[in-house]
Amino acid sequence: MGDRVCGPEIERLIQLLARLPGLGPRSARRAALHLIRKREELFGPLAEAMRVARDTIVSCSICGNVDSCDPCTICRDERRDPSTLIVVETVGDLWALERSGAVKARYHVLGGVLSPLDGVGPKDLNISSLIERVAAGGISEVILAVNATVDGQTTAHYVTDLISHLGVRTTRLAHGVPVGGELDYLDEGTLAAALRARTDF
Amino acid sequence: MEWRDDGLIIGVRQYGEASVILEAMTRGHGRHLGLVRGGRSQRMRAVLQPGNSAELVWRARLDEQLGTWAVEPTQLRAATLMASAEALHAVGLICALLRLIAERDPHPDLYETAVLIAGHIGDERLAPLLVRLEIEILRETGFGLDLSRCAATGAREDLAYVSPKSGRAVSLAAGAPYRERLLPLPPFLREEAPDGEPTPQDVLDGFSLTGFFLKRDVFTPRGQGMPEARRAYLAEFSKRQEHFPTE
Repeated sequence: MGDRVCGPEIERLIQLLARLPGLGPRSARRAALHLIRKREELFGPLAEAMRVARDTIVSCSICGNVDSCDPCTICRDERRDPSTLIVVETVGDLWALERSGAVKARYHVLGGVLSPLDGVGPKDLNISSLIERVAAGGISEVILAVNATVDGQTTAHYVTDLISHLGVRTTRLAHGVPVGGELDYLDEGTLAAALRARTDF
Repeated sequence: MEWRDDGLIIGVRQYGEASVILEAMTRGHGRHLGLVRGGRSQRMRAVLQPGNSAELVWRARLDEQLGTWAVEPTQLRAATLMASAEALHAVGLICALLRLIAERDPHPDLYETAVLIAGHIGDERLAPLLVRLEIEILRETGFGLDLSRCAATGAREDLAYVSPKSGRAVSLAAGAPYRERLLPLPPFLREEAPDGEPTPQDVLDGFSLTGFFLKRDVFTPRGQGMPEARRAYLAEFSKRQEHFPTE
């Protein structure tokens, strides 16, 4: 083990930064050094922003999104179509769909997918609140925007089953050829799904 | 250490940011786990889905280590399965059943049955095959049913029930006085099964039979409930048959 090159405060900072996604010990050291160099213009504001965020961020009691207010900004937005509800796995998926800007709808974040391997059952997800929301009325379409994985689609079918008697239209995202995708490199199942879901040209 | 084998993917768990721990049922090495570096990449995500088959190469310095997999897909079924709830729940059930087998304990017959069933997902013969898989799982876990002869008379004909106590078949005549307490043995599970496809009621009787023993002898002693995928599959199966209630 080499000699210490910095005090425990900096070492602690590096250790914590190394726990962030995308950062390892080496990149955490670089980030820490960068912060130290930009102490006034970056380190201070970042620390303050993190403190404020930690104190104010809450989970939306309606949709499960994270925001600094409850209900969240999306649930408060009057311009969004209240009759369309997009069901997503995580907040990251919600942000991705918002970046697409394709639909101005409301969301519901499940908080994951059913996964027997990881011990995630229906009670561990925001499914009961989704059913209550749909049963309350005012929603005409539920779009299941979950990942195209076996676990994601099993969850989608499970949710569909639960809301099937509530008289709302249930749709899901199309599966098929991604933009830039080459047919030669696609798996047979995806190609078959794309062919089944072909549209008029 | 290095070996190559065919495998059916039965589970994937995220490990770190880019890798996954893959669980596969292999032909010669049983249920086996290993790390797939870069398993969360765009290309590998489509491959590493339960229900897909692959040629697997396992490498490790020592046999007892987790080791790493190199995965070459051979049959990608997952995308096709996603269109049907029944197919997805069937895959979930197959994976849950295979997970009952001890790790690294070879069960080549079980592997062959599982792959055969995975190939039939989506067709009419799936449900009876799943019942047979459950019977095979009971046998491989040490709780095999004896459906070859009557426990009371030794007769091989007219077997109609199974004793919940012993797991042995009972003939129609010998079981008549106790039929309320016995489990029905559907004809397609007899050694000399009649020709033709089993009726939906036979299939449901088969699931009731295997479900009873799986719950009592396998899941409950392990402190586990019956797999959610099994309940969901039976619900979908029954829904398709319309007039048959779920268990």
